[in-house]
Amino acid sequence: MTTPMLLSRRQFLQASASLGGGLILGMPLAANKSRADVGNDADTGQLGFLVHIDPEGNVVLGGLGSEMGQGVKTALPMLIAEELDVEWNRVAVKQMPLGIIRNPDGDGYAWKYGPQGAGGSTNVVDHWERLRVVGATARQMLINAAAKTWSVDPASCSTRPGFVIHAASHRSLAYGDIADLASTMTIPESPALKDQSEYRIIGKPTGTVDIKDIVTGTAVYGIDSRFPGMKFAVIERCPFFDGSIASYSADAARKVPGVIDVVAINGPKPDEYYTTMACGVAVVADSTWAAIRGRRALEVRWNEGPHAHESTENLEQASREALQGTGQYVYESGDFDASMANADRVFEAYYTIPYIAHATLEPQNFIANVKSDRCDVIGPTQSPSGASRMAARLTGLDRLDINVEVTRLGGGFGRRLTVDYVAEAILVSQAIKGPVKVQWTREDDLTHDFYRPGGHHHMRAGLDEDGKIIAWTQRLASPSKIYRRPERKPEDMWQSEIYPDDFPTHQVDNVRLEYFPMDSGAWRGSWRAPAHTANAFSIQSFIDEMAREQDEDPVEFQLRLIGEAREVDYGGHGGPILYTGRLAETLKLAAKKADWGRAVAKGHGRGIAVHFTFGSYVAYVVDVSVDAAGELKVHKVTGAIDCGLAVNPLGVAAQIEGGVCDALSTALHERITINNGSVVETNFDRYRLMKINEAPPIVETHIVKNDFPPSGVGEPPVPPLAPALTNAIFDATGLRLRELPIGNQLRDWMKNRNT
Amino acid sequence: MIRFTINAQVYEHDDDPDMPLLWAIRDGKGLTGTKFGCGIGQCGACTVHIDGRAQRSCITPVRAVNGKNVTTIEGLSKNGDHPVQRAWIANDVPQCGYCQAGQIMAAADLLSRNHSPSDDDINREITNICRCGTYVRLRKAIHDAANLIAKET
Repeated sequence: MTTPMLLSRRQFLQASASLGGGLILGMPLAANKSRADVGNDADTGQLGFLVHIDPEGNVVLGGLGSEMGQGVKTALPMLIAEELDVEWNRVAVKQMPLGIIRNPDGDGYAWKYGPQGAGGSTNVVDHWERLRVVGATARQMLINAAAKTWSVDPASCSTRPGFVIHAASHRSLAYGDIADLASTMTIPESPALKDQSEYRIIGKPTGTVDIKDIVTGTAVYGIDSRFPGMKFAVIERCPFFDGSIASYSADAARKVPGVIDVVAINGPKPDEYYTTMACGVAVVADSTWAAIRGRRALEVRWNEGPHAHESTENLEQASREALQGTGQYVYESGDFDASMANADRVFEAYYTIPYIAHATLEPQNFIANVKSDRCDVIGPTQSPSGASRMAARLTGLDRLDINVEVTRLGGGFGRRLTVDYVAEAILVSQAIKGPVKVQWTREDDLTHDFYRPGGHHHMRAGLDEDGKIIAWTQRLASPSKIYRRPERKPEDMWQSEIYPDDFPTHQVDNVRLEYFPMDSGAWRGSWRAPAHTANAFSIQSFIDEMAREQDEDPVEFQLRLIGEAREVDYGGHGGPILYTGRLAETLKLAAKKADWGRAVAKGHGRGIAVHFTFGSYVAYVVDVSVDAAGELKVHKVTGAIDCGLAVNPLGVAAQIEGGVCDALSTALHERITINNGSVVETNFDRYRLMKINEAPPIVETHIVKNDFPPSGVGEPPVPPLAPALTNAIFDATGLRLRELPIGNQLRDWMKNRNT
Repeated sequence: MIRFTINAQVYEHDDDPDMPLLWAIRDGKGLTGTKFGCGIGQCGACTVHIDGRAQRSCITPVRAVNGKNVTTIEGLSKNGDHPVQRAWIANDVPQCGYCQAGQIMAAADLLSRNHSPSDDDINREITNICRCGTYVRLRKAIHDAANLIAKET
């Protein structure tokens, strides 16, 4: 695995300084330059790439994670600014290019600034300690510089935002005045970090750093980026999974005004992981429109490949048939068969969940300029190190000769963890021997995506005469998203689809989790909160069904199931511990804030669900009404989240509001279907995304207060919404929806009822 | 030769007259605030004002704007201080931000015709897609912008 490794703190600060290029702290100004540096020309007061203070005291901090709307470009600099002790309104943020250096301890490469990119809701968690230390280190160096200027003991100095103070002599120096001197100071070993009670920035609601640029149309996304001399390319990609080019004619395309070249692009080899996603024919032109017109004039014939007969219908049929047999037991505890046989009552339900697309509103795109000794790649990626590795692989260049710049992303949602479109840009650049931007259309994006696998979930549970769940099984037939990785064996396919430590496997004594890996030609990958989006639906719907079947309050039933507060081993991402107490408290907070248990008007209903995703806990109460025509209205969503310390509460609320809308859109409308080996939904007329008229008018965010360190918020808000919604619909109508998307199911059911 | 104004500046287009206005704005004029999202007028990321009315530029051929005035997000205000822009900032509306220029142009158009839109008015008239789901704050920002306009006129 060639992800850059993390340096120790000492190495991280020292090694950067020794390069004579990239550095964080403590290097003389002359050595601050790097060919990959996009810093300012005016180097006064540059403490390093992550912290820059100019003579007026304006602060520029380096942005690390890929900013795709989850707020990382605001939250991470808040950590530095807090410990640096500056006013937040004096801070600007500049996105850092990918920073890697040769591993000083051995083979491979190491992060220069710490991990970059975004995925798995890890940015704040990964940088929580490191970036506070960066800020504190810079602050200490400023103190040391002031102390030297005053000839006093640094221990007698302190700071207030933007100033070093020597209280005893009533002297102060602005950071801007001493930043030059500070950059020559020795890097302090263990700078003191603030106590939480001293926070002025962390924990305060803070607006998005780029908001002025966004509302004035000057924020630069990948699609907006330019490289001098760059051409524009669009690719006619094979519509069939693992198909190939049989023949093509570029004659007509080349005649379109503005078209410069037409080149074939290879797909990945059948049993290797992706370079590009699919083969295709690229039309290169001097403008986007010319390239699009040129592509329309292409004549391409395809070999339909090995999946030409795949359809959603036959995949679903195969899944239902598979569930009739015996799958792979991926987790067992106690004696499931015996306790089921002894159960007083047995419950059973099937849940069906579709493929869904990412549909980032900015379609995929990337710029590449490949030269003999250097490669520049620029664009919207969640994995700049993945882009770097792909560029090295395709060009043969050393990774240090590859410059990766991450622009603002018009959405990520996990799509941009894969660097297939980066590969395309590199291949086209190599073919035309010059810079090029490869631009995808919406049709390209919807029909060529790494879809979230759905699946057929079969849930069964046995209860004893006291209503306690004594046996539990989840049987899942789905096409795994970790297919096609050479290092994974067939018996590993379940690992991305079903998480054995999810609640309630450790709350029931006799459990079996069973997996059936289904074949599909469709490309699959990580979608926001991956398999949690599907599993939370089946688990939280099923629990609700059992509660209501027994006329038990769903909150009481679930709290009983969660049991006493304890620490449960959680082996998957977001572990190593699932605190059942935090799960219960989050559920209770949502219930309390929603006044759970109050009377509900006729035609109205309330549903609740809770789920643990990647370290955080989220619960929703959803309030709905359904009219006589089966039209659904979502009136309010009451959200509770335990993400430990909320670095930016305004950002946390944004992720709850956005996660609710994302999950609602998905539950109401979204489904990718396959016919004859290719995807049916080509644009937003067929793949419908929710608009404002269906968004709940009220979404509340209630953050649990405790002493835990920050955990992620990008993904956790998604999984519990869909089950809370269908639980509410059941409460309102008596109809239990077990298939997503909801589509016309409610309307059709109402119509049938009324006739 | 097709001639029109973009943000009060004359623009001459001698390329394909059926080119969507969107690409003339983005590639021709170099103003990238107006975004490409779907190309079939479904998402609204490409919304501009043509003679003061919101239109989707991805389905408007350049030939259709000959002699007209096109306003893009960059030309909505001099200093980014249109009431809609101010309300957007006050409510911290954007997440990824990609749809927001189109949302703002659509909202500005709505408010120019309806000084006090109800939630039903907003539901009916604002049909731009926001993939990040900023709709809750978006709705509030439209109401706040209406209040700002009422106060300042």
